[in-house]
Amino acid sequence: MNILFAFLIIAALGLLLGMGLAVAAKKFAVKKDEKAEEILAILPGANCGACGYPGCSGYADALSSGKAQNGLCSPGGAKTTSLVAKILGVAAEATEERMVAFVHCRGNHELTKRDYQYEGIEECSAAHMLFQGESSCKYGCLHLGSCMRVCPTQAIHRDDKGNVTVDPEACIGCRKCTLVCPTKVIRMIPARGSHAIACNSHDKGAVVRKICEVGCIACKICEKKFPDSGCTVTDFLSEIDYSKPMTQIAEAAEACPTKCIVEAR
Amino acid sequence: MAYVALFITYIFINNFILTQFLGLCPFIGVSKNSESAIGMGMAVTFVMGIASIITWLVYNLLLIPLNLPYLQTLSFILVIASLVQFVEMIIQKNSPALYQALGIFLPLITTNCAVLGIAVMNISEGYNLMESFVAGVAAGIGFTLVLVLMSNIRERMDLHPVRKAFKGVPIAFISGGLMALAFMAFDKSLLTNLLG
Repeated sequence: MNILFAFLIIAALGLLLGMGLAVAAKKFAVKKDEKAEEILAILPGANCGACGYPGCSGYADALSSGKAQNGLCSPGGAKTTSLVAKILGVAAEATEERMVAFVHCRGNHELTKRDYQYEGIEECSAAHMLFQGESSCKYGCLHLGSCMRVCPTQAIHRDDKGNVTVDPEACIGCRKCTLVCPTKVIRMIPARGSHAIACNSHDKGAVVRKICEVGCIACKICEKKFPDSGCTVTDFLSEIDYSKPMTQIAEAAEACPTKCIVEAR
Repeated sequence: MAYVALFITYIFINNFILTQFLGLCPFIGVSKNSESAIGMGMAVTFVMGIASIITWLVYNLLLIPLNLPYLQTLSFILVIASLVQFVEMIIQKNSPALYQALGIFLPLITTNCAVLGIAVMNISEGYNLMESFVAGVAAGIGFTLVLVLMSNIRERMDLHPVRKAFKGVPIAFISGGLMALAFMAFDKSLLTNLLG
């Protein structure tokens, strides 16, 4: 008898609370923004923050309330932009060009001289604190792979010689690696760019020649002999202007004495 | 004066995480950064305060008159879970700003053992309604204190080299154990020293 009574009390309590919650759910229902939910379903869900909002849901909210501009999602690219535009009922604006990260350095222990041998923590920022890294070139890659660890898509690889490269297909352009890199040797280039300068050194040509076999020595062959390559040498480093036609870039790469104009893909 | 003593007791001497070892799940889970630690701490304090009142009322006005005190744990879980859901709905409706700050943590504590712990403890210690409320809020503040301390420790630990085998949760457990050792220093003599 007693047990039945206890059972009934708990059942009644549960029923009461359950019904109370059901009523409350109706009464206090908050209308969720349907547009935001739809947009959230389309966004890639990488929560990389490249758009400048806290995660994909933050961007979806901002889009549906009209606070954010469409087309800021670099992982999603043009496809996501057009889908979002369809939901928002506006024409897709011309999206920003897809940018990918590129490591502007091909130096390694064999090709570049070292000031000392670093045996500390496997973290580029730590190595950089010690005389800006072991390499004699203070502009180049530190080869400790901090960028690989922050990359949300594992698009950055390191070969057995220590050379770090970004897979342009897998790169979603979130720029996390450019922020973590202490020497800023990783910079963004347009994904359509066929070539890139694999050097970041602003040292004078003679200095670069002494310490690195694959550095830009600012000989200006690319700029002078191939004016349509898009290369210009400023502050002892050749740079490609990707807004130019770049018709002669392949010849320039061939002619580069240190072969530091490399294919980006 | 008795309330002040109760307050100090539940923040330092009987700290929920480091002395009673209740609520260890959020202690490890939500202590990665101090921002969410503060949010979680406030949500727990809030729920503990309200749950203390409601469970006291349920026990003394429903279970005692019906002579069913052995249903304490079962009915408390039921009441606390519904209460938290209910509070979440009200906050979502009436205060979107508060919901942004606390809302995501509320579902995490619907059946948290720290919340159930304070409810059961209030009954076993024989507190009255006001004492229960004070104990609930103080326990929540103690919880928040430890969570924020832990999150700051873990934020700093991220910047230091930790052996691979210890990285993440293991080193957090070790730090938590050391904190618990430190909190052992707080005992009844703290009360006599402070309040005479």
